[in-house]
Formats: sequence, C-alpha cells, structure tokens
Amino acid sequence: MGYDLQLRVWRGDAAKGDFIDFTVEAEEGEVVLDVLHRLQATQAGDLAVRWNCKAGKCGSCSMEVNGHPRLSCMTRLSDFDRAETISVSPLRTFPVIKDLVTDVSFNYEKAKEVPAFAPRPKDPDGTYRMMQEDVERGQEFRKCIECWLCQNTCHVIRDHEENKPAFAGPRYFIRYAELDMHPLDTNDRRTLTDKQAGIGLCNITKCCTEVCPEGIKITDNGIIPMKERVADRKYDPLVWLGSKIFRRGE
Amino acid sequence: MSAQTTVQAPTPGRARITARTMRKDRWWIGPLVTAVVLGGFVVYGTWAALVNANYYAEPYLSPLYAPCLTSSCPEQLLEPRFLADWWILTPALFILPFPLGFRLTCYYYRKAYYRAFWGSPPACAVGEPHKRYTGETRFPLILQNVHRYFFYFALIFAAINIEHAILAFRNHEGEWGHMGVGTLFLVANAVLLTVYTLSCHSCRHITGGRLNHFSRHPVRYWLWTQVSKLNGRHMEWAWASLVVVALADLYIRLVANGTITDITFF
Amino acid sequence: MTDIERHAYDVVVIGAGGAGLSAAIEAHQQGAKTAIVCKSLLGKAHTVMAEGGIAASLGNLWPEDNWQVHFRDTMRGGKMLNHWRMAQLHAQEAPDRVLELEEWGALFDRTGDGLISQRDFGGHRYARLAHVGDRTGLEMIRTLQQRAVQLGIDVFMECTITQLLAGNGRIAGAFGYRRESGQFLCFEAPAVILATGGVGKSYKVTSNSWEYTGDGHALAVRAGGTLINMEFVQFHPTGMVWPPSVRGILVTESVRGDGGVLRNSEGERFMFNYITEYFKAETADSEEEADRWYEDKRNNRRPPELLPRDEVARAINAEVKAGRGSPHGGVFLDIASRRSADYIRKRLPSMYHQFKELADVDITAEAMEVGPTCHYVMGGVEVDPDSQASTVSGLYAAGEVAGGMHGSNRLGGNSLSDLLVFGRRAGTYAAEYAASLGGDRPRASEEELAGFERTALAPFSEEGDENPYALHKDLQDLMQGLVGIIRTGEELKQATKQLDEMKERVRRVTVEGGRQYNPGWHLALDLHNMLLVSESIAKAALERQESRGGHTRDDYPTADPEWGQLNVICREADGGIEISTQPLPEMPEELKALFEEK
Repeated sequence: MGYDLQLRVWRGDAAKGDFIDFTVEAEEGEVVLDVLHRLQATQAGDLAVRWNCKAGKCGSCSMEVNGHPRLSCMTRLSDFDRAETISVSPLRTFPVIKDLVTDVSFNYEKAKEVPAFAPRPKDPDGTYRMMQEDVERGQEFRKCIECWLCQNTCHVIRDHEENKPAFAGPRYFIRYAELDMHPLDTNDRRTLTDKQAGIGLCNITKCCTEVCPEGIKITDNGIIPMKERVADRKYDPLVWLGSKIFRRGE
Repeated sequence: MSAQTTVQAPTPGRARITARTMRKDRWWIGPLVTAVVLGGFVVYGTWAALVNANYYAEPYLSPLYAPCLTSSCPEQLLEPRFLADWWILTPALFILPFPLGFRLTCYYYRKAYYRAFWGSPPACAVGEPHKRYTGETRFPLILQNVHRYFFYFALIFAAINIEHAILAFRNHEGEWGHMGVGTLFLVANAVLLTVYTLSCHSCRHITGGRLNHFSRHPVRYWLWTQVSKLNGRHMEWAWASLVVVALADLYIRLVANGTITDITFF
Repeated sequence: MTDIERHAYDVVVIGAGGAGLSAAIEAHQQGAKTAIVCKSLLGKAHTVMAEGGIAASLGNLWPEDNWQVHFRDTMRGGKMLNHWRMAQLHAQEAPDRVLELEEWGALFDRTGDGLISQRDFGGHRYARLAHVGDRTGLEMIRTLQQRAVQLGIDVFMECTITQLLAGNGRIAGAFGYRRESGQFLCFEAPAVILATGGVGKSYKVTSNSWEYTGDGHALAVRAGGTLINMEFVQFHPTGMVWPPSVRGILVTESVRGDGGVLRNSEGERFMFNYITEYFKAETADSEEEADRWYEDKRNNRRPPELLPRDEVARAINAEVKAGRGSPHGGVFLDIASRRSADYIRKRLPSMYHQFKELADVDITAEAMEVGPTCHYVMGGVEVDPDSQASTVSGLYAAGEVAGGMHGSNRLGGNSLSDLLVFGRRAGTYAAEYAASLGGDRPRASEEELAGFERTALAPFSEEGDENPYALHKDLQDLMQGLVGIIRTGEELKQATKQLDEMKERVRRVTVEGGRQYNPGWHLALDLHNMLLVSESIAKAALERQESRGGHTRDDYPTADPEWGQLNVICREADGGIEISTQPLPEMPEELKALFEEK
C-alpha cells in the first residue's frame, strides 16, 4: 500500500533558503501534513511546521502546496499523481521564520484595530432576542478558522508589501461585515471599513473565496455587501438624502 | 505566460522564492478564455453598434438598438423616437452606454477583466506584473461605486427588452400570434438580461442587504432571499446574457441583410 | 547565561483555550496586570475542537430545567465521584456565563422565540446545550479571544512554559522559551493560573492536538501540587477510525443527539444490549420508543445511544472484540438512513465537511465508521472548588487541567461550561491573591533560572542515542496498549515498569538543528511532562481496584461502594509519583435530597 513520495520542501529562514528534495514513505489515505510529520520523525527532526488539530478546524497548518495556498492537513495525497513531485513552501505574503513557518503577526495587529462589539442594552426581561435569520449572515463569517489563507493569497498585499499598513485583508472585511450586520451592535462601521480597513483597495478578484477552507463566500457575502454599505455612506447622494429625511439608521 | 517567470526579487523577510508562482496547473487558461470571449464581444459589439444598419428585421429589433430611437423605426414600436432625421450617427451611442456601464461596473465582470486584461492578479497565487497597485481607491476605478445607478437604468433596459420580446410575437401585419427563431432569441435575451440584472449585487443590497434586522422586514427579507439565490449564479447569468445578446443581434442582422430567412413556427 | 527576556505581571495565565482566556479576562477586569502565555497562536487552542455545545440550564426550551437538574445529571454522569461543590457552582453559574458570551458578540443558534437554542446531549435530562451548528468551541474561543484583544491583554503566543518558579513554597512566576526563536523567558508573577488542558498526546488514538502533553499537570506536580483521580480518562465513543492518518479525530455526539444510531456489522442497534441498571429507568428499551423520543421527549425515554460516554465507549469496544465490528475496527454510526440530506448538512456541517474531505465519505449517503478515541482526562490538579487554588500558594488551575469537577466521567457539553465557570473563578481569586500580597512578592533565585536553562538545553548537548519522535511513539503505543479503555492489574504493573525505562531513555534524547523553531527540541522537552502524567495515570489506575466511569478494570469489573468514597491522589516523590487516597468531601443534606426523588 505504501509508496515513495517525492517531496520538495522549502527550507531556510529570512536570510537564506531553498527547495530541498526528499523521498518520503507515504500511505494510502494520508494528507500532506502526515508526510511532513514522517519527514520530521525520520529525516529532518528540526523541520519547522506549524500545526495543531489536524482536522481542519484550527487553521494552523497553512502553507502552499504546489503553489496553492492550502491547509496541509486537508490536502490529501490522493489528489496528486503518485509519481508527481509535490512542492511545499511557506505562506508567501508573510515574513518567514523558519522552513514552513511564517510570522503571521500582521493579522493579529489588524485584529487589534477592529473596534469592539458594542451591544445595545438588554431587553426588559434581561435577554437579547435575535431571530435565526438575523444571525445567519454573521454566523457564516464566524465559521472563519483564521488560517490566514485568504490574507496570504490576496494580491493586494501578496504582491504589494507597501499596501499592508492601509489594508486589513479579507479576513477582517468579514469581521467588519459581521459586526456591521450584527443585530445588536450599535456602531456604524462603514466609514472604518473604508478608511481604516481599506476596502477600496480590494478589486474583488475573489481569490480569498477560492482558497477559504471553510467555504465562506467572503467576496459575495462579505466584501461586496460591505462595499455597497460603504457606497451608501460615501458615494450615494440619494441614500444620504433619504437618511436625512427619514432619520433612519437602516 | 510561463509559470516560472521571475518578476521581481521577493520582499525582504519573506521566503526567498523567486518563481512568480509555484503552481503547476494551467492557471492561465481561465484568464485566457475570459480575454478571448470578452474581447470577442467587445469587437463584435463595437462593429455591430457602429454599422447603424440591418438592426431591424420585422418584427425583430436587435437588442443592441433597443429602445429604437430614430424616426426610421417602424411604427409598431412604442418608444419615443426623439432622434431627428438629420442625426446620422448610430443611435447605439445613446443606448449602449447604459448596459455597457452596468456590465463594466458589475462586480462579476470587474473580477473577470481585472484578472484577464490587467493581470491583477492573473490567477490566485500568481504574481501580478505591476509595480504599484491602488485598487479601486482612485479615479477612474473609484467610479465603480456608482454601480447601483447603472442598475437602476438596467432595470429600465430589462423592461424595454421584455417589451421587444413581447412585440416579437406579432407578425408582419402587426397581428399577435407569430413566433419564429427570432422570437426565441429575443425571449431568451429578455429573460437572461432580466435575471442577470436582478441577480446583481447592488440589487441584493437594495432589496434587503443593507438591513441589519431581517426579522423586522419580512417582505424585504423574502426578496433578499430570492435575489440571493439568483446572485449565487451571477457569473453564469452574466456570460449567458452576454452571449445571447450577441447571438440575437447576429441572427437579426443576418435576417435583415437577407443572408437567411427567419424560420417561423406559426 | 543572561539572555533571558524578563517580564513582570500580577497574574500569568498559561494556556489560551476557553479556561485560560476566561481567567485572563476576569483577572484583567479585576485590575490585575495579566499576561496570557500559550504554545500555539492565539485562537488555535484545543477548545476550537469542541463541537456540540455548552451545557447550561437556561431553560429556553424546557422551562422545568434548572441548576438542580443539571447538578444531578452531572453527578450521576460522574458516578457520584465529582466534587459536589464544583458540580454545584458549575450548574449554578453556567447560564450566566453563556449569556455573558452573547454580550461579547457570540452568535448562538436561536429558538423560534429569538432566544438561545439548546440541544440534546448524552446524560443531560433536558435539551440543554447552547450551540452554534457543530462548531460551538470555535464560537466560544473566538468570542473570548476578541474580548481579550479588546481589553488589551498581553498575549505571548508560541511560548512554552517549562517550569514554575517558587520562592519559600509560594509561586514566584514561570520560566519558558519562545518557540519561534528559542529565546528564554522569565515571567515574574505571584499568581499563575494553569489552563493547559489535557494529556491525550500520550495516547496513540486521540482526538487531542499536539499541545495536549499534560504540561499543567506536570508543572503543578513539580511545584509540589497534587493531582486527583488521574485514572479517569475519557474515551469518546465516536472517533474516526479510517483512514489511518485521521484515526481518533472526533465525531461529535450531536450526530447521535440529532438522530444518528450505532449499528454493528450485523446491522443491529446494539446499544439496547448495554443499558445498565443505573440508567434503566430513563432509557428507552425498544427502537420504537427511542425513535419516538426525537419527536416527543415528554412521553418517551431517551435512546440508549445517548447514554454517558463511558457506557457507549465500552459497548463499542465490546462489539468490536466480539467480532461484530466494521471493516476498519469500529462500528457504524448511521444518520444517512434516518435523516434527510438537507437536515444533516444543516445541523452537522463540519461533520459533513470532515468526512467528505478526510475520508471521502458522504455522511448523508452512507454510515460512518467510528470507534473510541482518547478525548479528555477527568483527573487533574487538586483545587479548592470555590477559588480553583491548588495546594501551592499562588498556583491556580482551571478547565481540563483541574480535577474533581467531572468525577469519573464527564458529560458532553459540561466541558465548555466548566471552562467558562472555573476559568472566571480562577481569574477572580488569582487577581485577589496577587493584590493581597502588596509588596511582599516571592522571588525566584538566579541559580534556579540558570538550572532551568541548562535543563532546557540538555537535548542539544547530550551524547545520547534517543530520537524524541521514536520515544514519543513508543510511549503512545504503551499507553494505548496497557493503560487504555480496559485495564488489568498485570498490564498496569507492566506499564509502570516500562515507564520507568522510558524515564531513563528520555534523559538520553538528543536533537539536531538549532533553537529556532525546532519541533524536535520542543517535543524532547514536552516528553518529560508526558511521562510524568502517564506515570500518574498508570499508578492511579493500578491503585483503584474497581470499575467506574472512565476507569474500567477487567480484574475488578464492578463499581465498589468503598472506592466510591475515595479519591486517588498523586504527588511527586524522589523523581517519581507517589500514590495515596483521601475521602471524598461530604455532600450537604439539601443536595443529597436531589438524588432521592425517582
């Protein structure tokens, strides 16, 4: 059942590095992370790989497999030809620490910029009543496992490091969207999404949606609705006029 | 477009991988197909709009020329023919900016042409060829934000196309009860254009997307749900309606210039 | 050596799962300068794996539910070995903690009335689990994480604590290293909260991630603390069994709560043959009644598939042993033939996804193959039920690393609520303790730090021949084989002997490469903790001569009322684990009365 797999792994750090070829034993039903672990146990004890749950739920083992941003624990070897050499490299958008591990602190810094959830007061009976249809949009975004694959694949920062300060990235657009659509939240986050998160930089080319392991429709359900909400506020005189006349928040 | 082209040195701190992409699949097929089809439509559409002839073959009016604005239009059509006789340029100049603007600012087409024509990015995880990138934050791309206004116009155009599809059920004498291949083309065009218009992201936003409490607006929530279903296939509607509008124009053109005769069913 | 990065805090929380984040949030809110230190990135802790829900008697679906019923369910599930006071506090405070999450932005599934929906789970009398589809743990950790970020609490990600610092028998801080760079770290803090989770990585088939190496248990023991009831290890009845690389990954109990049933290779719903006397009164005895229960819970009894986890795990084990298992050595969990594809995809999206992606199985069309997997350790650091203080001054423990709350077996859904309730309590009392010290803070000596540094670097300089990965694999095989679901005195003795040999081997472990992000080195250090914890489990299991909850002895197959009054205690002595017993605390009369009706 087992066979020899040709693996080309990028090894190195910020100063230098290159692809190294390995031949590793592989078994039926295994995923890329399994053979990386076997590589660690048998040939390269200090090979740096970040991982946790190995079940596609924590979003730690993000890397690029044959150039595709993927969770290595969810990338089955059966998707490849047995004779094919599989290349494995670190996320390209973030500084490399060592081997397949990158410094993803960019994302945690962006998380700090999101203003906190600010709920309205509770109902008189001490509860919050929200209907299922009111929470469903937010629930989709809260499926996010923060694997940073969308951030990594987004060309706005992948190809243009200089955009990092002004751009929060797809993961945070759905966070802003989640809060803006939250039935209890009292903040208006439209200006922030534009000014602070830089949603105008996004040209909706949908790579974030393509790589999302949770299948979240980041672009159609998160970014575009937020672009429309920003347009309401910033580019649409009719909506502006309407909100002045009817004094309505929504 | 070789997969291994080195475009620029990697950013300091990042892994030193110089290849533009490590992808081994034929990622360039997608953008290539888009470029060919979209480019083909632009070429054909421009030519068809500029020739200013053969756009009417009783009872069919090419959708590229609807609504019919010139005084040479047949009397059966209901639109105001405000273009005076001295106007010699194509009436498409007054018509096409609206549907064109709608498609140009459409959230789906934006993805398609940014990828296919501007390579920004050509495909996911493939390096883009530009030194600088400012997205849709500056003129002219900041104008993409007016999409909703084109949507309002697109609704009017959808209505006009429906009207012409209905009128295509009349025969040469203006009596109801006709149907030919041209009718089918115009009906297909009207349906696809309408669905494409209604499936628009701006439409989705206007019907209910901008609300935070669906439960307080059950009718708008229902509308939003329906639009959302259509919106899930916005790309498919975009392509289908584009191809059919060109085919409908071509068919009517061929009938009008006598190359073929319309096949009538009854 | 002086290259130690130093930080000073009032409270240091080790672990950033549900308990750690709750503790840190609360300590911060109490005014303590607080830091969180965690081995992974923030938000990756094992809590994300929890699927089913948070048990809390909100009474949104069943107004007759209240803390007394929840308390009773918890105690019965734990076979009365739980610390009654912890079970009481847990049942009383869980609803408030769930509502607090909602205030912090959590989006639970709703009832038709707009309140938090609740779901059925094994061992709970009423539908009680607040949930979000089957990713409740993710919702919880994200909510807490975002709250912690909002409050500006310092988080040290990817840092491992290897030692606790002590001065005059009191906690003085913690010592560790940054995984990223190998840089040593010293936290000076009078109060340390352990929230490190469990021990599953000592087993071969486990639902636990690599982080679960028993760090907190080992740190506490080395600092002079005690562990309680370590023999109780929960094997979750339904883990994936195929393909081999995903063996052990959890299949949520919600599959059964939402209508899934267990069948053997003969197609029989075998759980009906395993209803013990203890649960007979409340369990359906025919398939018809069990099936009616999903529709009408008032007039029917629960299906036996929803018995507590230990019962179901043992039943599956017995079926497989009797030769009625599935092709890959499990049994069949079938929901496909009982519920519509739409219903399954809506209620169990992650399970659908998990099987589709990892096993190429469409759970809406075919049955899953499942078997027991090491999931949770009921035993843990012995703590005061109110304050979560261990026997060492300044050391607190909350969540899975703390013992006592769940007795001999934990009910599903009680873990997430445990994290919230006791995480918060630990935060309150740790902050209070730190404040009460004023300027009188214990200090660690520089020699002690130097010693810790030397120990941590030993694997680089050893001339040994042991590979950390190979030793880890041997340990997992040993624990799985000899200290697994079904145990015997003979095998346990053998296990303790082999563990002694492994303690020799671990000293000879050497690693290649440098200090920068070196998993081999990290594992070499974690192995010490795993061995200490494994020894505790094996010795405690040998001591307890009865079968109860998560501890089954083939040579003592029944529960013994005398053992039912005793806790097994582990403490360090001469570099090993010393075992003793102590009586259970007495439950007050008014609580005892709750068990008399019915």
